[in-house]
Amino acid sequence: MSETLLDVKDLKVHYPVRTGGLVIGTYTPLKALDGVSFELKAGETLGVVGESGCGKSTLGRAVLQLLPATGGAVAWLGRALNDLDAKALKAERERMQIVFQDPLASLDPRMTAGDIIAEPLRNYRPHMSKAEMKAKVKDMMGRVGLHSTMINRYPHEFSGGQCQRIGIARAMILDPKLVVCDEPVSALDVSIRAQVVNLLMELQRAMNLAMIFISHDLSIVRHISHRVMVLYLGKTMEIAPRDALYAAPRHPYTQALLSAVPVPDPTIARARPRLALAGELPSPLNPPSGCVFRTRCPRATKVCAEVEPTRAQPGTGHDVWCHHWRESGLETKVAP
Amino acid sequence: MTSAHAAALDTAGDVEGRSLWQDAWRRLKRNRAALASMIILGVVAAVCLIGPYTLPWPYDAIDWDHVEAMPPNMELGHYLGTDSVGRDLLARTLVGGRVSLMVGVLATMVALFIGVTVGAVAGFVGGRVDQLLMRLVDLLYSVPLTFFVIILMVMFGRNFILMFLAIGAVEWLTMARIVRGQTLSLKSKEFIEAARASGGSTAGIILRHVVPNVLGVVIVYVTLTIPQVILLESFLSFLGLGVQEPFTSWGVLLNEGAAELEVNPQTLIVPAVFMTATLFCFNFLGDGLRDALDPKDR
Ligand code: SF4
Repeated sequence: MSETLLDVKDLKVHYPVRTGGLVIGTYTPLKALDGVSFELKAGETLGVVGESGCGKSTLGRAVLQLLPATGGAVAWLGRALNDLDAKALKAERERMQIVFQDPLASLDPRMTAGDIIAEPLRNYRPHMSKAEMKAKVKDMMGRVGLHSTMINRYPHEFSGGQCQRIGIARAMILDPKLVVCDEPVSALDVSIRAQVVNLLMELQRAMNLAMIFISHDLSIVRHISHRVMVLYLGKTMEIAPRDALYAAPRHPYTQALLSAVPVPDPTIARARPRLALAGELPSPLNPPSGCVFRTRCPRATKVCAEVEPTRAQPGTGHDVWCHHWRESGLETKVAP
Repeated sequence: MTSAHAAALDTAGDVEGRSLWQDAWRRLKRNRAALASMIILGVVAAVCLIGPYTLPWPYDAIDWDHVEAMPPNMELGHYLGTDSVGRDLLARTLVGGRVSLMVGVLATMVALFIGVTVGAVAGFVGGRVDQLLMRLVDLLYSVPLTFFVIILMVMFGRNFILMFLAIGAVEWLTMARIVRGQTLSLKSKEFIEAARASGGSTAGIILRHVVPNVLGVVIVYVTLTIPQVILLESFLSFLGLGVQEPFTSWGVLLNEGAAELEVNPQTLIVPAVFMTATLFCFNFLGDGLRDALDPKDR
């Protein structure tokens, strides 16, 4: 694959949350995202998985500068995005788009499908003629599997799946190089999820897109991703090429997540160990010391509470943040 | 599909969409009270505008043969009688209606414009700007309205334009608060974020996405503000701060009529009927609009 499009280094998003103090508040940083790094090439999909509240959505928005990052750097084609002014940022954003989770909420209810899809064009191609714009919108509608005769309909007249296709068309109309998909199918009916995922994969191949695919559904992530990153409490637990991650997960958290994925074959399902996650997600306001996962980790030892794990590399392109990754028995490895 | 193909399709088979406005309009038409109110308001407005030209007596002409209040008299052309100095009551009521409606509508437009701008900007931009604007609103809220208008009148004289400017300048406060609240809840919607990701500027997003989406609530509030303003104008006229003789408004007529109530009840009844009908209709229409624009609330 080709050049690196996106280079994210040690990205941090902390919110100050008022935790006390009557007149002068005392603030504790909520670490929604705490030092995440990755690279992304054209045509590559990075799957981002984790429980809700682990910082997945924050990651997507911080990369696109829809949320201000409090630390770290995002480089886009070698240029730093963090401290651009509004105008420069707008120019850079032309090639990065986002597809949202809630298909209906992400479309303005007072605008027609055509107007919604054309909105990026109006912002970035102010000189484009009406007719040209319309032709382009209709062409795009065809590419995402919508009837172009529906151009004058309003979002409430479409089904959830169709609304998501409108959202995808809006994201694709400027020929982006990077698309962040923030749980694009989790609000949809199970029966149409596959169609939308396949549409995204098709468009990705056709346009050589880099994609960040955020989801809590590990089967879908497996289907669409080239590499997968596992987040927990705003930190990366493990990042690896898809096959390596699914075949030989090294981090206890990844193993637990994978063991919870339903398997269609009952013999495999029975043979496979269940690593249930004990306890609840700790408050991100008061994350555990040392390894943030230790409060729920079946393999936690004393060192986990004292020292934050550093990066270990079990394989090429495979990074894991765990003290005990070597022992993290491959007995949990399950052939698909 | 090639773009040539798409272009060939053009508008030929395009399906018409049904916008939320069209939906609301249909629901409103099904609401009898609201529909009747709309019709009555239309008739009142039309009669007030055109009526005076068709009457035999102008509103400010004194019938010198009968310089006293007179009950309805068809032969003389005083269809609803005259007031205490012999001026035609119907003509005066209609002309007064023009003034009252105009004050109501214009002052509300002033309030609408300032209120929506301030509310949308405060809500959308947030932070310091929001703090500043909303504290200003709080401050102005604490100034008693009548006091404010009286001071203005004393400073600049009894000026018709000044009156609706003054009323509008006070009525926008509530509008700003309502719009700000709506904007805040809109701001967290994904389509606003999507608009930003699509390269929209703050001003563009406010105009394209925020304002159209708060308009429903604003329209309801407008229909409820107009009668308030009409009442306010009447109240000021009652205090003698309204429009000047021989010009008139419903408030002035009510004031005069109240003084004559025992001797000439029609001088009170005629303007009162017009005014209450108008106020009622605006309120019914406002209720109907609220139901029609936000069916979830029912
Ligand atoms: S570092 Fe310790 S607590 Fe953290 S995942 Fe590894 S074994 Fe578990």
